[in-house]
Amino acid sequence: MDVLDIARWQFGITTVYHFLMVPLTIGLSVLVAVMQTAWFRTGKPHYLAMTKFWGKLMLINFAMGVVTGIVQEFQFGMAWSAYSRFVGDVFGAPLAMEGLVAFFVESTFLGLWIFGWDRLPRAAHLACIWAAALATNVSAFFILAANSWMQHPVGIAFVDGRPRLTSIWAVLTNPTVLATLPHTLAGSFAVAGTFLVGVAAWHLARKHRDTPKDHPDRTVWRASLRLGAWVGLAAFAAVAVSGDVQGKLMFQQQPMKMASAEALCNTESPASFSIFAVGDVARRDCESVKSVTVPALLSFLAHGDFSTEVKGVNQLIGEYQAKYGTTYPNDPALGSLAGKPINYVPSLPVTYWGFRLMIGFGGIAALAAALALWLTRRDRVPRGRWFHRAALAAIATPFLANSFGWIFTEMGRQPFVVVPNPNPSGVDGVWLYTAQAVSRGVSAGEMLTSVIVLTALYAALAAVEGFLLVRYARAGVPGVMPEYGAAPSPAGEDKPAEDVLAFAY
Amino acid sequence: MDLATFWFCVIALLWLGYLFLEGFDFGVGMLLPVLSRTNEERRVLVNTIGPVWDGNEVWLIVAGGATFAAFPGWYASLFSAAYLPLLLVLVALILRGVAFEYRGKVDTDRWRRNWDRAIVFGSWVPALGVGALLATNVVGMPLDAQGNRVGSALAIIRPETALGALAVAGFSLLHGALFLSLKTDGDVRRRAARLAMRIGPVALLPLAALLAVVQLRHGSAPTAVAAGLAALAAVGALVVLASGRAGRAFALLGAALAASVISLFGALYPDVLPSTLNPAYSLTVHGTASSPYTLTVMTWVAAFGTPAVLVYQGWTYWVFRKRIGTNHIPPVHVP
Ligand code: HDD
Ligand code: HEM
Ligand code: HEM
Repeated sequence: MDVLDIARWQFGITTVYHFLMVPLTIGLSVLVAVMQTAWFRTGKPHYLAMTKFWGKLMLINFAMGVVTGIVQEFQFGMAWSAYSRFVGDVFGAPLAMEGLVAFFVESTFLGLWIFGWDRLPRAAHLACIWAAALATNVSAFFILAANSWMQHPVGIAFVDGRPRLTSIWAVLTNPTVLATLPHTLAGSFAVAGTFLVGVAAWHLARKHRDTPKDHPDRTVWRASLRLGAWVGLAAFAAVAVSGDVQGKLMFQQQPMKMASAEALCNTESPASFSIFAVGDVARRDCESVKSVTVPALLSFLAHGDFSTEVKGVNQLIGEYQAKYGTTYPNDPALGSLAGKPINYVPSLPVTYWGFRLMIGFGGIAALAAALALWLTRRDRVPRGRWFHRAALAAIATPFLANSFGWIFTEMGRQPFVVVPNPNPSGVDGVWLYTAQAVSRGVSAGEMLTSVIVLTALYAALAAVEGFLLVRYARAGVPGVMPEYGAAPSPAGEDKPAEDVLAFAY
Repeated sequence: MDLATFWFCVIALLWLGYLFLEGFDFGVGMLLPVLSRTNEERRVLVNTIGPVWDGNEVWLIVAGGATFAAFPGWYASLFSAAYLPLLLVLVALILRGVAFEYRGKVDTDRWRRNWDRAIVFGSWVPALGVGALLATNVVGMPLDAQGNRVGSALAIIRPETALGALAVAGFSLLHGALFLSLKTDGDVRRRAARLAMRIGPVALLPLAALLAVVQLRHGSAPTAVAAGLAALAAVGALVVLASGRAGRAFALLGAALAASVISLFGALYPDVLPSTLNPAYSLTVHGTASSPYTLTVMTWVAAFGTPAVLVYQGWTYWVFRKRIGTNHIPPVHVP
């Protein structure tokens, strides 16, 4: 393997890993803020218990999101220095704004929230969790604006071989980010919703099949389960609608990615959508692939009607070659690829299956949420072990859907890291091959060292985080709020002695 | 002053903010095993920075992000040239952040001991590493015409690298000890104050040496003035410390840091990253800066963002201004 392949593996591993923590933080922080607001307004103790319980799980996860984010911030420079020099004029600005506008707010107000239970007036304390929760969503906007610019370069002029920013407004209102943001945020809420359902179902089914309806713990888990299920369902609807918008943009902006999503060999009109395929989808002659298809659905995803022609990979190769050349430039910075023919087709098995697994896992999560709502209607708790087992297993599905969504999006733009856009809304003629983007001064040995070190460290920390999450999730409310349900005193009045901190590490 | 120079100053300021704030965070972590005898005392130490360490770390993230936006070539060359050292710093920061959050989550001595090790490692290594990186940045790296490193992974290491590492680590130790003597009560406070007095002069020697070396090689009259002010403030800090006024010593030490950063970045200007192979390859403020439009946008963002950050971060320190002693520490409660 050369530096390029190792760098790509590294970026893939660290980023997919970062995006395991990210959606849970985004979704859960807002839901915790909602729970605390409910407590603030009604004073009902079970809302406080929910805030503390889910807040604790959120914080265990947040810590990992923060530390893996630091790697993200620096690895553009470390491993992709040529890329950083090329895009810096445009790309750095949203990244810096993310830090200045979002990360400072997020980290500072979360600190205030964690330690401020007894130091701040109740309303100010509530405002802190809202500030932190909204900042996580704002951070998503800025980083996605940066990413969307790579998919669809706008707001620039091409000067001396490099893009120069001409309109920050165009970058921040890129149609691509306006579609990607709701899709990614909705995906995050799907994660948080399903997480609530899974953990709450486990508690209900294990401990509260036969407890009285007004048992304080049972109230907590029922409220959590129903909140999570509704959020999950709404999120899935939002994901489908925004995903449809993204499909239409992709059809205009990145026709090759569109064809790859379907592994569509030859132009079809109308184009059908295959649910799954048996055989090697990467075969250029399209033989021996049997698939179950829905007629004309791809045309609809692409353009909103059932007749639009969708171009196939074989036809697009010709178009891309005519526009962007058949061979890489003879530039030593391209390493072993210099002067070689360019392969314009992304890895079709990855894009084809990535796309389907994203939608499929998301569908399973939505189904689980709907089922959980139905089964727990009117204070029911299902008998049988399968219920909580299924709900626990469902927690994994939206995480997987998110990962596959990203893998599809990022692999589907290969061989480019900054994708050229022939359509009218983008600036054409700006592109960067992934092969040109990697740091050339860094040796394969260094790069490999970092992959091994980071992967090993991340694996170990995943085990620790998982262990803690399971431990705290199992322990339930008493693990974070032993006084809950013991004496039904109005919450907040049984404060510990004046000078003892309400919370300390 | 043109925009590119202005942004060079902003980046110096961000590093100053980072070194000042995370300096005492690092110091607290480095001194964790030194100043505590019991787990309660260790918790006192950790909780002095509990609500603020993450916000302090964001200064580093913004320093990186702002460099990317304002001087992409600087960001690219510095971090790729220093690949392995930077990796080590990142690993340490990862362990440290997780350790703060997870240390109290399981009630066994083994669990806490391991995370305490992570805190100590995670505080020493970034202090040394960031110092090494900044000092090496000032004296230069072996870069070719494209800004890529020439030579092996360790080709960037020079005598000044070690001096820089010790300078920031020494500063952080003293800064952290002073911080603790302001933020804690009881035995920990007494120990911290005593330690600060004892290590004071020695801890600041490497910083003084670094300033002198850089001044002799790359200095100018203004940087000499800044270095002189830094020395003056440092001596002042040691003098008031000897009379037991930790608050003033802390402030004067901060002033010494500010003057040092001005002196070092002043010596770097008009380069942002000199090449030791050929001065013509050096990355300069004007050669590496982003377009005026980008810098203008960033200026507006910074003009609104920075005061807000200072206000609410300042407010956090106000909210958590009380000293912490072992009597404030709640009992361990874990599931
Ligand atoms: C859609 C959302 C999203 C995406 C695509 C990314 N991140 Fe992220 N990031 C967040 C959403 C987020 C967050 C929700 O704001 C986090 C996660 C948990 C947390 O603590 O904040 C975060 C944390 C986080 C931090 C730590 C902030 C702190 O100390 O508080 C940094 C430096 C980054 N990220 C940087 C990046 C970079 C450079 C990315 C691109 C490769 C990236 N993130 C992808
Ligand atoms: C958090 C969600 C994200 C995930 C899961 C993700 C996933 C991936 C994956 C799997 C790759 C490797 C692709 C390959 O090598 O073929 C990759 C590459 C890359 N991504 Fe992303 N990505 C995410 C967000 C972003 C964002 C927000 C940016 C920029 C702001 C970005 C910039 C890049 C760059 C520069 C590369 C390296 C070049 C390349 O290999 O294409 N990614 N990403
Ligand atoms: C009906 C269902 C869905 C449709 C039609 C859909 C459509 C799409 C499309 C077209 C893209 C690619 C955008 C591009 O690269 O231009 C995408 C990306 C993505 N999808 Fe989906 N999606 C669906 C469900 C889901 C679900 C359930 C999740 C997660 C819970 C999810 C998470 C993602 C993520 C994280 C990305 C990458 C980031 C982005 O480009 O927005 N998607 N989706």
